[in-house]
Amino acid sequence: MSDTNGGGSLKETLWDPIAGFGVTFRTMFRKPVTEQYPFEKRPTAPRFHGRHQLNRWPDGLEKCVGCELCAWACPADAIYVEGASNGPSDEDRFSPGERYGRVYQINYLRCILCGLCIEACPTRALTMTNEYELADDNRADLIYEKSDLLAPLLPGMVEPPHAMLISDDHHDYYAGKTLPVVEVTHGSASTGDGA
Amino acid sequence: MTVEASRETQTPVDLVTLSIDDVEVSVPKGTLVIRAAELVGTEIPRFCDHPLLEPVGACRQCLVEVPDAGNGRGFPKPQASCTLEVAPGMVVRTQVTSPVAEKAQHGTMELLLVNHPLDCPVCDKGGECPLQNQAMSHGRGESRFAETKRTFPKPLAVSEQVLLDRERCVLCARCTRFSEQVAGDPFIALVERGARQQVGIGPSTDEQAFGDRPGADGSSGGAQPFHSYFSGNTIQICPVGALTSADYRFRSRPFDLVSTPSVAEHDACGAAIRVDHRRGTVMRRLAGDDPEVNEEWVTDKDRFAFTWSRQDDRLRTPLVRDPDTGELVPASWPGALAAAAAGLREAAGKVGVLPGGRLTAEDAYAYSVFARVALRTNDIDFRTRPHSAEEAAFLAARVATVQDVATRDLETASTVLLVGLEPEDEAGTLFLRLRKGSRHGVRVAAVASHTTRGLAKVGGELLTARPGEEASALDAIQDSDGSADVGLDARSVVLLGERLASSPGAFSAAVRLAERTGARLAWVPRRAGDRGAVETGCLPTLLPGARPVGDAEARADLAAAWGVRSVPAKAGRDTTSILRAAARGQLRALVVGGVEVDDLPDPALAREALAAADFVVSLEVRESDVTRAADVVLPVAPPVEKSGTFVTWEGRLRPFGRVLDVPGSLTDVRVLAGIAEELGAPLGFRTTAGAMRSMADLGPWDGERVAAPDLAAPEAKEPRGGEVVLATWRQLVDDGRLQDGQDRYRATARRAVLKASAATLAAAGVEPGDVATISTDLGSASFPTAVADLPDGVVWAPGNNGVHLRGALGADHGSTVRLTAGGAS
Ligand code: SF4
Ligand code: SF4
Ligand code: SF4
Ligand code: FES
Repeated sequence: MSDTNGGGSLKETLWDPIAGFGVTFRTMFRKPVTEQYPFEKRPTAPRFHGRHQLNRWPDGLEKCVGCELCAWACPADAIYVEGASNGPSDEDRFSPGERYGRVYQINYLRCILCGLCIEACPTRALTMTNEYELADDNRADLIYEKSDLLAPLLPGMVEPPHAMLISDDHHDYYAGKTLPVVEVTHGSASTGDGA
Repeated sequence: MTVEASRETQTPVDLVTLSIDDVEVSVPKGTLVIRAAELVGTEIPRFCDHPLLEPVGACRQCLVEVPDAGNGRGFPKPQASCTLEVAPGMVVRTQVTSPVAEKAQHGTMELLLVNHPLDCPVCDKGGECPLQNQAMSHGRGESRFAETKRTFPKPLAVSEQVLLDRERCVLCARCTRFSEQVAGDPFIALVERGARQQVGIGPSTDEQAFGDRPGADGSSGGAQPFHSYFSGNTIQICPVGALTSADYRFRSRPFDLVSTPSVAEHDACGAAIRVDHRRGTVMRRLAGDDPEVNEEWVTDKDRFAFTWSRQDDRLRTPLVRDPDTGELVPASWPGALAAAAAGLREAAGKVGVLPGGRLTAEDAYAYSVFARVALRTNDIDFRTRPHSAEEAAFLAARVATVQDVATRDLETASTVLLVGLEPEDEAGTLFLRLRKGSRHGVRVAAVASHTTRGLAKVGGELLTARPGEEASALDAIQDSDGSADVGLDARSVVLLGERLASSPGAFSAAVRLAERTGARLAWVPRRAGDRGAVETGCLPTLLPGARPVGDAEARADLAAAWGVRSVPAKAGRDTTSILRAAARGQLRALVVGGVEVDDLPDPALAREALAAADFVVSLEVRESDVTRAADVVLPVAPPVEKSGTFVTWEGRLRPFGRVLDVPGSLTDVRVLAGIAEELGAPLGFRTTAGAMRSMADLGPWDGERVAAPDLAAPEAKEPRGGEVVLATWRQLVDDGRLQDGQDRYRATARRAVLKASAATLAAAGVEPGDVATISTDLGSASFPTAVADLPDGVVWAPGNNGVHLRGALGADHGSTVRLTAGGAS
């Protein structure tokens, strides 16, 4: 990066610094841009790393299987997960498989929004939204619980626990083979899979 | 390195020199190549190989190239190194130096993964899985298999406690070999062929023969669950996540667990365990590895029964009875200790101490010193089950500080004679070692009422003895006319169970037998703290370190070591006498440790004593009948929250560290030291380490010991008509309070059945399989019946499986009970 060659050519010693100031001079005559942030919110870049979201299947069941891989991947040790078994009856079903995340916490005092957890998640349960307003006046509120992180219920989704509404068969369920309700009323079956 | 190898180092052996990856190495003859390679630092990937199981070569992951088998010719194809024995001059090339071996291993791994599901995120083994690890280290990164994988409905419950996900299984046969070779419960096997091959359960005729499961009545019974006291070990040795524990399933990940080595608190074997906890809650326990004690196996009780100390009835604060309302109210520690001291001072000279059999050696020592120094009495007895003066004399003469027999000796003894001991139920770790011995030619015999499943599994001979008449059976073994020869000699071991305390003359007869034959004696109690309590003198006639109370020199020695003027000289009362004296007002106060009233020899007397005593101090972990009757309740720490030392039946010290750091959870040592200080007679230590130091400074007694008991065998008693003699003991999995909170584990208990000979059942008008009732004046208990080889006029029933026989019937091993057909009226 730095030039180790002591003398340097005429271009390097004379013209380059002046070219650098060129940017300064040009900007001096432009109209300043002032973001009126709290009053006027501008959209972020579409792939901005904002607050996390725990996604749902189209019938509202949770995608997270409580595998803790996100917690393991996190370099800031910001995530805490406890897995559990979906109960034998449908009143105790939170995810389509056998296992779900019973406790899910992200500590935004620690999170550096690097997105490594997103890469680790095997089910695309964890994604990031574009929401960046992560400030508060106390520490406790910055530990987001599962209820804070779960994606909002879209039309057609039912708050778990409940049975697998798409199909009882796991292959059909994941393939989304039978989605009459969701498709007829809202078109997209993959809206739960945000960002 | 392995048990086999280390045993071989004790005797000179032939060494074989071979070359592995161009490194010369000399190993004992018969060593497997896979283990020889470990010695040169090469780890060959493996799944089925396990040092404690016989080789099978089932998984083919350990392939190596053998260009020279020692005879100048090589093997044309890669060989499984876990079944190949070394030979002189052999040349072995592992994946380190041979592309052929490496390619073969990659190929095997790829085939193993063809049908393996991508389950790692939801699999309990994920993060500690040999398949995961070795697929990374010895597999190819990408799968070439794009087709649909084979699936099975999942999970399959092979027992209440063990779940099987068949599609994860790599068919290594570790679980089936363990069950057959180690536990002797071959209820799982590899069934089907090809891609459908799987671990399965099948009908078990063996089970039905012992009446432990439905089907005992002769019906086929259908598929039998994997029914074994040792089933949890298969979960641990399964190299993939095919076998999982129903309790632990999906609970946590290895990387959020903190592991602490510890020692199991459920029996006197001192099995090494590993306790895994997360955020102050124990999530699971695994077997530790200790070749001298438990190898790598533990019983299901040691593995699964750990939630008892976090039940709702756990005591958290000291309680003191309010004199006005008569209610127990929470108190501060200083207040409670002062209240305890005040009450004990009031009753000075009339206090009995019942520490119970669950204590660590340090805690037991604190009780022992507390009784002698602070209360100035020898009225202390750890035995909370039937006991006798003969037993106390035997313990003083032949057990305290004696270390004659070690677990490992059960592998090399000529004969092991079990007397009044059912090791599978009462000392599971010992049982596994005994079974290992019996598979290598150790002869096993048992003086018992009938052939139990445990005895059948060690191929044992039965020397039938009616309960209470064990002494005459022992006297008949290898006596002067040479009858009943079971081959006892100087290389033999006689193991005596705690049940013999209710069989008059049995300990004396055992001593006579040992003197006659030269066999070594060992006492195998049922509780973890029993042997430690003997060593530390929690007996009315015995002081710490095997010092007899009756020996002035021993007392003077002890008084000097403790820095007190004297140690009480009068022999104390035993448990029953303490309770009787308390009930009659001769003793005015009781200090009680971890004691269940129903376990005591006479629960009714115990209740009377607790009610009659002016002042009762209870040191307990959880609320119990004793704490409810106590005037001061001092909560103490369960083993998981403290450090300490258990003493095994062999006399081996098993120190363990604290797993959970719970503020305010005090040891018995600390609490007793606190009361003693309030009484103005400090113990001289306040901590567990301090107690251990004091014991070590004291050392064992080298003076004269108490003479061993020598009582004659009693005359045989004929029960009256309609009455039978009861044989009983507590099973491994039963209703004990140290197993609370583990319902799935409890569901693996053996079915409670009453066993008797066909003639006994017929005399009472009971059809085998039908329900029969045993009763005493106090109560009755009904069980389905099964025929077994008991002598006529004797029935066997489990001690605490559904009904607590001692608590509900007041009946014990050797009691007479009435036997009637049908259920209880
Ligand atoms: S974004 Fe990065 S720091 Fe934040 S929780 Fe995920 S892995 Fe951890
Ligand atoms: S969010 Fe994804 S990675 Fe994290 S526990 Fe749930 S499924 Fe596993
Ligand atoms: S269940 Fe586990 S231990 Fe048993 S054969 Fe399959 S992989 Fe091996
Ligand atoms: S480890 Fe050798 S064949 Fe399995």
